[in-house]
Amino acid sequence: MIRFDNVSKSYPKQNRPALRDVSLEIEKGEFVFLVGSSGSGKSTFLRLLLREERASQGQVHVLGKDLARLSNWKVPHMRRQLGTVFQDFRLLPNKTVAENVAFAQEVIGKPRGEIRKAVPQVLDLVGLGGKEDRMPGELSGGEQQRVAIARAFVNRPMLLIADEPTGNLDPQTSVGIMKLLDRINRTGTTVVMATHDQNIVDQMRKRVIELEKGRLVRDQARGVYGYQH
Amino acid sequence: MRAQFVLSEIGIGLRRNLTMTFAVVISVALSLALFGGALLMREQVSTMKDFWYDKVNVSLFLCNRADAADGVKCPKGAVTAQQKEQIKADLQKMDIVETVYYESTDEAFKRYKEEYGETAIASVITPDQMQESFRVKLKDPEKYKVIATAFAGRDGIESVQDQRDTLEDLFDLMNGMNIAALCVMGLMLVIALMLIVNTVRVSAFSRRRETGIMRLVGASSFYIQMPFIMEAAFAGLLGGAVACVLLLVGRYFLIDNGIALAEKMQLVNFIGWDAVLAKLPLVIAIGLLMPAVAAFIALRKYLKV
Repeated sequence: MIRFDNVSKSYPKQNRPALRDVSLEIEKGEFVFLVGSSGSGKSTFLRLLLREERASQGQVHVLGKDLARLSNWKVPHMRRQLGTVFQDFRLLPNKTVAENVAFAQEVIGKPRGEIRKAVPQVLDLVGLGGKEDRMPGELSGGEQQRVAIARAFVNRPMLLIADEPTGNLDPQTSVGIMKLLDRINRTGTTVVMATHDQNIVDQMRKRVIELEKGRLVRDQARGVYGYQH
Repeated sequence: MRAQFVLSEIGIGLRRNLTMTFAVVISVALSLALFGGALLMREQVSTMKDFWYDKVNVSLFLCNRADAADGVKCPKGAVTAQQKEQIKADLQKMDIVETVYYESTDEAFKRYKEEYGETAIASVITPDQMQESFRVKLKDPEKYKVIATAFAGRDGIESVQDQRDTLEDLFDLMNGMNIAALCVMGLMLVIALMLIVNTVRVSAFSRRRETGIMRLVGASSFYIQMPFIMEAAFAGLLGGAVACVLLLVGRYFLIDNGIALAEKMQLVNFIGWDAVLAKLPLVIAIGLLMPAVAAFIALRKYLKV
């Protein structure tokens, strides 16, 4: 599903590389936490997966494709098989819940009939059945994140990338979101989630990958957030 | 590609940016109107050339008694009948000459009266003061110089004049105006392009949320860029349409009505409606394409896809 071979990434005007010689593999259907302090390279890792950036050295394979060799015009097609969720939800404030989810299908040219069927389905899945016509501003943070997850999942991606999805939420709401992500993972979707939330990582007992100053320092099955220092 | 979705996006974009859209429409309209005007002016000059060059003659003015008395141009005195015969014979022998027409002083006087009517000068002129002349029509009007060198300074000839010289001045003036119009058009075009680039930038910024999400869910760059390009093209189309209206209204008021040049300058045959109409598709096409291309180039800079 995902393979990093000796991947380094440096940005211009920065002497320290954001990622240094990272090699790892993530199998289909895995649930992986990506942990590490700010500036450890988590965001760069996710950006490489989305091919927002290209690796400076090494190879990044996502869904069996070498992203360095993927031509620009094929990137959109690759991204259709990924779903992305962010800390700040990134919903369109002037569209209803259903329209926000439908937007993800409209802009890739899905037929209207298919959209009409898929949107209520995925909203039911995330527990927002009956709130189709609400505006994002009327919803709680947890509900907004559920809309964002619905939008990320409506195209049934192979891989769901979540960048601190619980970062703006209280612990109780976060648990709900994690249950949802777990359910999505059980449908066979691989989930890679960057997080700072110690409780969640410790409770879920999933694979943990820890980055520190751009290096891979820990890759642990059924891991916890960090060693007690 | 879902047409309705794209159309509604364009509508939202144009409304959000109404003042800027308005500025784009006006600047595109003005530059295209100037462009069309310059094209029409050029056509006017060339039809006038065709029309006039066909009619103009080289005139050989012969010495009359007044010139002889003056003594500068005609030291040998007024033209004699024999000289006239000789000149006419020589003219007719030349290959480049098509026809030779003799104009007597009486005829010259009559024509003068017709042209100048009852003006102060015309009332004091008498037939004696007019010059006899040969009006020569050339097969190729450009060969005027040959006649001039052959006959200027010959006994009995006061001067050789090519009427084209006077027309050339007029054509030069019109060409000058044409170039000025094109320069202004160039400036307007630059302004229009800068406005379009800026509009696209503002538009891309105000819609960065949408485009960001589009990018993430894998919308093709074509799909992401389309609304922006269509927006610019639509504004350009409006500008082109306004330019067309300006051209039509311009011809109407300049030639037929209002200033009504057709009435005042009856010797000039003005370009017709068909010439104006023939330019409109080009004006519309440029109005549509130029902003679209400008927007496309601007998007490469301001919209990450």
